[in-house]
Amino acid sequence: MSQIDRSLGRAAPAAPPADIAVSVRGVSKNYGDVQALENLSLDFPRGQLTSLLGPSGCGKTTLLKIIAGLIPASSGSVEVDGRPVEGPGPDRAFVFQDFALLPWASVLRNVAFGLELRGVARSEREDRAARYIREVGLAGFEQSFPHELSGGMRQRVGLARALSVDADVLLLDEPFSAVDEQTRRKFQEDMLALVETERKTFIFVTHSIEEAVYVSDQIAILLPRPSRVHEVIRPSISRGGGGNIRRDAEYLDIVDEIWASLRSYVE
Amino acid sequence: MIRAGRSLARDAGKGASGGRPRVTAGTGRAIDAFRTHRSLALKVLSAAIVFGAWEIAGRVPVSYAFPTFINSMLALMRMVFDGSLFVAYAETLQPLVIGVAISALVGIGMGLWIGLNAASRWLFSPIFIVMQAAPLAALIPILVMVYGIGLTSKVFVVCIMAMPVIVLNTASAVANTPGSIKEMATSFMASDRDVLLKVVIPAASPIIFSGLRLGVSAGFIGAILSELKITPTGVGDIITYSRSVADYPSMYAAIFSIILLAVVFLNLLETLENRLFEGNNRGYVSD
Amino acid sequence: MPPLSEVVVTLLGLVTTPSFLDALATTAYAFWAGVIVAVVIGIPVGILMGRSRLLDELLLPWVNIFLSAPLTALVPVLMVLFGFGMRTIIITTTLFAIWIIILNARAGVKNINRSLVEMSRSFGATPLDAFFKIYVWAALPEILGGVRIGVIRAVKGVIIGQLLISIVGFGALFELYASNFLMAEFWAVLIVLFALAFTLSEFLAYLERKIAYYAASR
Repeated sequence: MSQIDRSLGRAAPAAPPADIAVSVRGVSKNYGDVQALENLSLDFPRGQLTSLLGPSGCGKTTLLKIIAGLIPASSGSVEVDGRPVEGPGPDRAFVFQDFALLPWASVLRNVAFGLELRGVARSEREDRAARYIREVGLAGFEQSFPHELSGGMRQRVGLARALSVDADVLLLDEPFSAVDEQTRRKFQEDMLALVETERKTFIFVTHSIEEAVYVSDQIAILLPRPSRVHEVIRPSISRGGGGNIRRDAEYLDIVDEIWASLRSYVE
Repeated sequence: MIRAGRSLARDAGKGASGGRPRVTAGTGRAIDAFRTHRSLALKVLSAAIVFGAWEIAGRVPVSYAFPTFINSMLALMRMVFDGSLFVAYAETLQPLVIGVAISALVGIGMGLWIGLNAASRWLFSPIFIVMQAAPLAALIPILVMVYGIGLTSKVFVVCIMAMPVIVLNTASAVANTPGSIKEMATSFMASDRDVLLKVVIPAASPIIFSGLRLGVSAGFIGAILSELKITPTGVGDIITYSRSVADYPSMYAAIFSIILLAVVFLNLLETLENRLFEGNNRGYVSD
Repeated sequence: MPPLSEVVVTLLGLVTTPSFLDALATTAYAFWAGVIVAVVIGIPVGILMGRSRLLDELLLPWVNIFLSAPLTALVPVLMVLFGFGMRTIIITTTLFAIWIIILNARAGVKNINRSLVEMSRSFGATPLDAFFKIYVWAALPEILGGVRIGVIRAVKGVIIGQLLISIVGFGALFELYASNFLMAEFWAVLIVLFALAFTLSEFLAYLERKIAYYAASR
């Protein structure tokens, strides 16, 4: 299958894209006796969407949080634009699986919260927040509270918050796992549009094979015990053609291929 | 358990970033051992600080009526060895045990009835909700007028303190049985009786039990209140008498002993509760 | 037991008498003073316990002990230490209310959704930001719940204190009515007292329900 670039273990991809936004070098993470990640290396090309895909317990969320600087690696390093990560920074923005919205704050304040913490003046941050609220399709809900929104709308708030701080790298931790299937599909389409228009680097954790193949420029398959990169796949599905990606033969082949390599790890 | 696990992970993480690449099983156990000892050591330290402060405050003294910790403990020993403490508790525990037993029987019965029967819920649950919020201790003078100053009044005091929480916990527990498991039982042809005995009551028992524990806790308050307010008997007598003759060590010792007894007994109940209903904990604050 | 009609008539006459108003004012003063002390001390102590493991391990055993201990037994000690007056009643009220307030504030801080904390960190919040913008607000439902239960306990505490001291407020009034067999008056005061306690507790439960969506959306 010529469209699949694969590399086993820690080896770099066979044909690495020229411009790397985030690079993970030999990262390990231990929790007590449990080794969550072992000597993991991976590159994330700029302006593209990379999925971290794997069964539960393979450490994909741990890796994402290490890139975010939320948890320190036990050894190894992460570089964003060549600068080592030593904690959370303005170059990365995180979208949480459970949305992490402030239940006591309006949509507007929630979206502006990242800017509020950066000390941006109120009128300016609210202007910017309002723009991104429109962009994610929540115009008219600025004064609503999270508990008045559906799960999908809440995640749009989380997305708008991450976009509004204008970080180069967006880290998304299973962002659509708590929303229903229809909303999820709409989200996936919107994601593709966002990657197109925002020109940011997206790192996307998911456990859905179809979702990963549908949205990704590059898929890193992680396997557990000990956690490692099993292979890196670059699906070359044409997304611009207007055809239905889900009926594309290559899409279906890659989905099958990934399932074949993962099924023995699912208990 | 979860909390312990999480802090363990945090500790290990700190250790690892300090230059140790790998935490082996051996160091894991060492950290565990350190944690148990630390927790115990801190409990001992905490007790030493409080009792030490009591001792120092007694030696200063902060008040003529504030004996030292050691003197109070000596007085407690004396009462234990001459047996007077046991005689006193035999008397104090009488209304408590009778009252709690009546409250448990009547309270759970009432609670089941109120929880399962919509009409009785409308009729009775407001009464118990008011009782729960109201300072029922104010009823004591009336109870004394009606039932005199004997055991009956004291049992009544324990009952009015202990019963509301037992009734309300039982009622809300059986009323809030998850609908799906009741439907499950019905779909497998269970009779109403089966649903009650095999589904509703077992599902409600953790909350009923914690209602009982809170009832016992309130019953202790009632028993002591009745001995201090109605007639001094048992431990209440030791407290009142030693205050009147200014034997403060004995007074503090008696109070110390009743608080200790209540706390130890309630902790045993709580341990039993956690054992019995492990995995069934749905934190229910009811007071 | 007097007929209800007689009690109601007595009640209407009684609530304007100086002795009743005086007892009410004395009790209300002791009650609010005790509750305010319990809240002002209890909430910060609880939050600190939730944040600091050392403080938590040192204080938690004592908070649990006093939470379940029959505090009535301590009233005689307070009486000999602080006299037969207002001070003892205020301290009794505080002692009844404070432990559950501490415990709930602690639980509120401990139960904070970790991803809210991570979210604020990922957007670069300082510890001070995190405390005032996340912790205090996220723990608010539990804190309010603790204050509600604490207030209900304080009502019981203030009455138990007055009954045992029996020369102050409603305690003195009950003593007077009981020893003179003034049953209608006695029941009238009881009804007023119970109604006040119930209203207060329902009002706090209403406040708590108003912010219940917090807990649901966490």
